Amino acid sequence: MRQYILKRVLLMIPTLLGVAVLVFFLLRVLPGDIVELKYAGTGTYAPKQAIERERAQLGLDKPLWQQFLSWIWGIVRFDFGQSMWTGRPITHEIAIRLELSVELALMATLVAVLISIPLGTLAALRQDSWVDYFVRVFSIAGLAIPSFWLGILMILVFIIYFRWLPPLTFTSFWVNPKANLMQLVWPALAVGYRYSAVATRMTRSAVLEVLREDYIRTARAKGLWEKVILVRHALKNALLPVITVIGLEFAFLVGGLVVTEQVFNLNGIGKLFVEAISQRDYTMVQSLVLLTSFVFIFVNFVVDLINAWLDPRIRYQ
Amino acid sequence: MARETAIATKSFSGFSFLKGWAGVALHFTRRRPLGAAGALIIVIMLLAATLARLISPYDPLTTDYAAMLQAPSAAHWFGTDSFGRDVLSRIIYGARTALWVGFSSSFVGATLGAIIGVASAYFGGKVDLIVQRFMDLLLSFPLIVLALVVVAVLGTGTVNVILAIMVPMVPRCALVVRSSGLSLRQTPFIDAARALGFGHARIIFRHMLPNVMAPFLIMLTAFLGQAILLEASLSFLGLGVAEPTPAWGLMLKGAAVEFAETAPWMAVYPGLAISLSVFAFNLFGDSLRDALDPKLRVS
Repeated sequence: MRQYILKRVLLMIPTLLGVAVLVFFLLRVLPGDIVELKYAGTGTYAPKQAIERERAQLGLDKPLWQQFLSWIWGIVRFDFGQSMWTGRPITHEIAIRLELSVELALMATLVAVLISIPLGTLAALRQDSWVDYFVRVFSIAGLAIPSFWLGILMILVFIIYFRWLPPLTFTSFWVNPKANLMQLVWPALAVGYRYSAVATRMTRSAVLEVLREDYIRTARAKGLWEKVILVRHALKNALLPVITVIGLEFAFLVGGLVVTEQVFNLNGIGKLFVEAISQRDYTMVQSLVLLTSFVFIFVNFVVDLINAWLDPRIRYQ
Repeated sequence: MARETAIATKSFSGFSFLKGWAGVALHFTRRRPLGAAGALIIVIMLLAATLARLISPYDPLTTDYAAMLQAPSAAHWFGTDSFGRDVLSRIIYGARTALWVGFSSSFVGATLGAIIGVASAYFGGKVDLIVQRFMDLLLSFPLIVLALVVVAVLGTGTVNVILAIMVPMVPRCALVVRSSGLSLRQTPFIDAARALGFGHARIIFRHMLPNVMAPFLIMLTAFLGQAILLEASLSFLGLGVAEPTPAWGLMLKGAAVEFAETAPWMAVYPGLAISLSVFAFNLFGDSLRDALDPKLRVS
């Protein structure tokens, strides 16, 4: 097991390096850089000297491979460099927004789990009944309804019926838990609903499959309570693919965060990402892409570990 | 040559459902009513998009400051927006943008993916290994992040959005098609084609590609809904289709929330259009997948 973990961790390094190379050079394929864009935006005449000075300050005058190496060397020391747009350190910009996005991500995942496991199990137990039919439509709709539109609809309802608007400034959980939860629960619901859709369908089919297994019949023949059979025998085995799906559909979570932070005006990582792209802040974009890819790869790794831990058949392979 | 055709037709099982459109449509409707309902909505969307000029009551771009933020009425069924533009007309024209972006990005992405997947399976060995590593690399980006990176490189605008949605599609399709291609490579008719001295390109394009039609179509339809949703998301973020082009995601941006209290219809109808079309494509895609290959599960 320890060897397996070590191998997987070491395998992450070349993948991340590949991501870094790809993003770094992709963003620099096209001519024109941020300094020109900045001056073009202001509309004022910029002396060549000033442009050169700013380029030198951002390190853009050095050859590409040198820029790349210094970026990678910085990352090893947890220093992502400075934003090309604001000039502030990227590590700081990310750090001040991390709490919000991580909390929102955890809450959305919780919402997804709380929706998908009970609903999926219920649908499987009452297969082909109106409950099953409702759950299936509910989850297909979850895939079709964009989370930003769901967020907009929530805000509409708040304004029209409750005369309440989500606050503009973020309150930390450690300062005022109630205000914090009131603020984040709505975007978490909007993201979590979409995130739950695939997991609900997966839970349903996994439970259906497990219920047909021989050991369930044996348990019934023994005269065990239906409740014990369901929780201890069926669900425990059915949850494996569900955990995998929740890990794999992590992309939904990222996408959901990017758009819902915009809707609810939350100043998180997603909003920073969108701003960085519209400002062509390449150092910021490349750092955020690397960060999300890292989290993505890491989540997949953790899911594999949980699977190996839960299922001895995987462990001994 | 006759032998090659005979072998090729025999292996065209993936294509057989294209024979006799009407009969197939009827069979599909009877067997999979939900999928047929999705197909019906898609056909209506296609008609609305192609006949937009005939059926839309107003020009989608004409601003009318005398008719700003009007509630739904007989004159404006879905109301007007903050520039006095008719919301219904913009939704009808928006179907054009959604379908154009959705179809072109999915088709090009799935085709490229299929070619890469089949070629990778056909050549095997080192080529396969290198191609697979590169595809894995692309898969280690969450879908929307890869699309956003492409937008960051190329900038916004309709064509760039199509490219941005296309790129994440390629590795996903290549992965699925490659696994079909691997078993295909072992079949006798590929050996026969090779024994006849055909070149690599001919074997890949004429003999292998037609036989991965089923996974190709499954991936294509599965991705259509996602592509439309992704376009709407990008446009909503201001990183997709640019004003004044009518696009559903764009209609939800800015003004829709700003005027939420006075003009909620601005936010409700475009979202409904997105949801309904993605819903239709997903229903159709799911049914097609079940009909073509129940074993092939695509998330």
